[in-house]
Amino acid sequence: MRNVLTVAGKELRAYFHSPIAYLVMTVYAAICGFVFYSSTAFFVIQSFRTQAMGGMGMPPISLNENIIRPILAGVVTVVLLFLIPLITMRLYAEEKRSGTIELLLTSPLTDLEIILGKFLGSLVLFAILEALTFIYFVVLFLYGNPNPKPLIANALGLLLYGAALLALGMWISTFTKNQIIAGAVGLAAFLLLYLLDWVTAYSNSTAGQVMSYLALTTHFDNFSKGVIQLSDVVYYLSVVLLGIFLTARSMEALKGRP
Amino acid sequence: MIEVEHLTKRYGPTLAVSDVSFNVQKGEVLGFLGPNGAGKTTTMRVITGFLPPTFGTVRVAGYDVTEEPLEAKRRTGYLPEAPPVYPDMTVDEYLAFVARIKGVPRREIKTRLDEVAEKCAVTDVRRRQIGKLSKGYRQRVGLAQALIHNPEVLVLDEPTAGLDPKQIIETRELIKGLAGQHTVILSTHILPEAAKTCQRVVVINAGKIVAVGTPGELTRRLQGYGTVLVTVEGPAAEIIERFQRVGGVNWVEPRDSSDGRVTLEVHSEKEKDVRAELARAVVESGWKLYELRTSGMSLEEIFLKLTTKDLSEEAAAGAQEAAN
Ligand SMILES: Nc1ncnc2c1ncn2[C@@H]1O[C@H](COP(=O)(O)OP(=O)(O)OP(=O)(O)O)[C@@H](O)[C@H]1O
Ligand SMILES: [Mg+2]
Repeated sequence: MRNVLTVAGKELRAYFHSPIAYLVMTVYAAICGFVFYSSTAFFVIQSFRTQAMGGMGMPPISLNENIIRPILAGVVTVVLLFLIPLITMRLYAEEKRSGTIELLLTSPLTDLEIILGKFLGSLVLFAILEALTFIYFVVLFLYGNPNPKPLIANALGLLLYGAALLALGMWISTFTKNQIIAGAVGLAAFLLLYLLDWVTAYSNSTAGQVMSYLALTTHFDNFSKGVIQLSDVVYYLSVVLLGIFLTARSMEALKGRP
Repeated sequence: MIEVEHLTKRYGPTLAVSDVSFNVQKGEVLGFLGPNGAGKTTTMRVITGFLPPTFGTVRVAGYDVTEEPLEAKRRTGYLPEAPPVYPDMTVDEYLAFVARIKGVPRREIKTRLDEVAEKCAVTDVRRRQIGKLSKGYRQRVGLAQALIHNPEVLVLDEPTAGLDPKQIIETRELIKGLAGQHTVILSTHILPEAAKTCQRVVVINAGKIVAVGTPGELTRRLQGYGTVLVTVEGPAAEIIERFQRVGGVNWVEPRDSSDGRVTLEVHSEKEKDVRAELARAVVESGWKLYELRTSGMSLEEIFLKLTTKDLSEEAAAGAQEAAN
């Protein structure tokens, strides 16, 4: 465990000593801020209208349904498809390029300690990123009264979703010395996994349903509605485990040809 | 302390190291000498557990590097060909990180850091970013990294590459100072370097060991003789005994024997061609001669491929001239 934390600390330190962490945080905060602003404005107009019409016969509108959910499910999940490759691309590619992989692999560390350390380091950066979103939502608590329970489901869902992407991105980073390639391939893979969901729009066949099940964002739906379903949690955790397992396999191969 | 037995390493179809065996005794500094592409780095990567061997076994401090890798790695310090540093860390941050992953207890880290920084002469750059250091300093940080956990075994891949002459001399002194407390294997393609720093030298070429000995022995062998390979059918002991009586022959070593045939390596004085005499000896004794040729891969030819000039010597000579 000590070794995992040492490696995680090293990764986290590297993020904050390079432009990556700041770039990712800035882009993320800017996009979230913009979406938050526009949907809040829209919400305010909507509420005025409802009031003007006396609120009769209209369903009550909620902050959760009209601001928080569209931001997280609609925008943040997609933005992360682009930002997470920026976080994971250096994990192995950089060590391979600079030769420091030789230091790690000749130190008394197990492969799993190295993998978990790297994964944990990137997950902490992601958690910081996620915390930024929820700062916006605190504003809602100050001026409105959203239901806090769905927010917890959302936070958990987003963390699981991010963890799944991070694990896959880490695996992709083991294949090359070139960070740019690792990032580009990661992005392409994520977009593909995202688009799988679109297949169901055209087909209701079993294959279509399987693909929809595999799609990364499908399982976020329930979380965004404030529902924590075991099957969704299991799905994301399985993807995380798969990513870690594939990374371990890839590290074995790495030793055959450095 | 380091036992390499029948080590073979293939990269796909390329045979990088072929059936290499040697030992390094406790406290010894062993030189691994060979021209470019000889297989030095490959062998060292197997010893340090970075690469698995294709065949053969390697034991470090009694631990098999594939069976008990963690135990072996705990006892090994390794300086790869390019120092494995993180450019954005300071020297202190880097050495502290390495100390932690090598398992140095937390409360000893500071004293270990001070010690190796002093030993490797990086004390004055400890707060500087590694990426901004000169190549020579980076190499020394690499050496400090290898020493940080006070390992029993040190594996140094071309430790003086990229250093200026003064630093080369300092590094060699440092390595010589490590003898006794540490077991050191260092690779080099500079003949005088091996001669100066090492107690024993293993010469490797194209993945095979071609000679083992003290630097003195090797130079004597290098200057003193030519080599002839003879394959004869007959009683080995008698043949060796007979060949040794041929004029100009220094000594005879058996190389191989199968189906009653023996292949012998006959070392002779340099200018003397002993082939005709050997052939006659075989025929006169009634044995059968199958092959007789000068050894294609003489030690001399291999040494010609080595760097025989010593940068630090040249610089010393230069300094001498400048002073005069
Ligand atoms: N990763 C690799 N993949 C394929 N072949 C390799 C690899 N690494 C080394 N080789 C080959 O193995 C042989 C031995 O290489 P090695 O690096 O061990 O030599 P060396 O003695 O360290 O040489 P140098 O003095 O140039 O450092 C060479 O023919 C080299 O081309
Ligand atoms: Mg080499």
